[in-house]
Amino acid sequence: MFRRHDKSSQAKGDNVTIYFEDVPIICKPTDSVAAAVLLSDPGYTRRTPVTKAPRAPYCMMGTCFECLMDINGVENQQACMVPVRDGMKVRRQNGVPILPGDSKEPGND
Amino acid sequence: MFGAAIAYGLSRAGVDTLMLDGHDNNLRAARGNFGLVWVQSKGKGLQRYADWSRESACLWSGFAEELTDITGVSIAHRNDGGMMLLLGDEEVEKRKLEIAEMSKQSGATGYDCEIITHADIQAYFPDIKLGKAVTGASFCPHDGDVNPLKLLRAMHSGFVNSGGRYKSRCTVNTIDHANGVFTANTQEGQFLAPKIVLAAGHGISQLAESVGIDAPIRPQRGQVLITERIQQVLPMPLNSVRQTDEGGFQFGNSEEDIGFDDGTSLDVVQNIALRAVQSFPQLSTVRLVRNWGCVRVLTPDKCAIYEESISHPGAYVATSHSGVTLAAINARLVSKWIATGEQPTDFNHFSASRFHVQAT
Repeated sequence: MFRRHDKSSQAKGDNVTIYFEDVPIICKPTDSVAAAVLLSDPGYTRRTPVTKAPRAPYCMMGTCFECLMDINGVENQQACMVPVRDGMKVRRQNGVPILPGDSKEPGND
Repeated sequence: MFGAAIAYGLSRAGVDTLMLDGHDNNLRAARGNFGLVWVQSKGKGLQRYADWSRESACLWSGFAEELTDITGVSIAHRNDGGMMLLLGDEEVEKRKLEIAEMSKQSGATGYDCEIITHADIQAYFPDIKLGKAVTGASFCPHDGDVNPLKLLRAMHSGFVNSGGRYKSRCTVNTIDHANGVFTANTQEGQFLAPKIVLAAGHGISQLAESVGIDAPIRPQRGQVLITERIQQVLPMPLNSVRQTDEGGFQFGNSEEDIGFDDGTSLDVVQNIALRAVQSFPQLSTVRLVRNWGCVRVLTPDKCAIYEESISHPGAYVATSHSGVTLAAINARLVSKWIATGEQPTDFNHFSASRFHVQAT
């Protein structure tokens, strides 16, 4: 559905590989995670918190929050704002993340 | 919120109603909305307003059901009580004094609000750990919350479904009155009606003056923070921390007197975030996604003004900071007052004349 623009094909640097739901995607080091994942024709990349509707990246500029994905085990990341790194493991964001457990209390240092 | 609730009530009662709204870029108090249906902090110095807020909270469940029935919009109303978290012994002592004062003021009516302990609070919230800094809270069983975005949409939708007409980008510049007819002059032309209700937020003072009512309101900035959406862990609203029905946490209870500037400032945002994390340390790992400022509409005693003009009968002023809390009673009793003239009990307590103490 999406194909790479000629100019971005000429981007400098060696190709890197990321994994979306364990499937490898070869991409340029200047790509954002969202752009690289879209190239692989992912279908959808998250389910919404309330209605669980399937969604995919939309604005590609950090505004709409449609591109939320789990990147290297950290949930709810805006994939359009994160550059790819070789070996990244990316997964669909399925609804809301759980609240992390123990956190240090402020002001007790 | 005030205008939409009254217009909704009028339209539901079969009164032919036209709602004239301003522009998107107008200063809108509702943008800072925290979605609280809140009783425990209302009416200090004006008991009728404390009672009025509680009466509205009691009407709220029926109102929310009706809105959903008519419009299909679910507005996420909760009415299981609410808390004001207190950090440190000083805040607890101060709140105890306020509660004693309100109990005295309310007399036989009573003031349903009590101080509860750290352990009591934690028992309400099994899914999130309470910070050590929290030394207590004041709990009021009448408090609750709603999704204010959905509420506004539902009231507008219900208004139009009942035959109401809505015009946006239609700021009323001036009002004329002759032969029992009011004329609202706008860039979109003139609109004529036998009655006119002024619920224009910050735009009220100037318009009210032209119909002989002095409505002294002042701006107060509040800043709001919102986080990413996470699992539901907070089943009850707090005055400074709330989890929306969609999962995002909303923080904010700042008060700044800096005119009509609706911007943000780092120091205030830091204080709000620090207090939230002191209240619930796990929130330190949750991402903030947005923050913004908004300008509240306050009267000198922070209570509502409801008044019909003596010099221009048929012109009404209705304003308060508490647009969500009072939406239910505005849609029910205030619209009835405007439609039929039937006044709720002791309604004259809300006249703006209370701000003009006559020298003797």
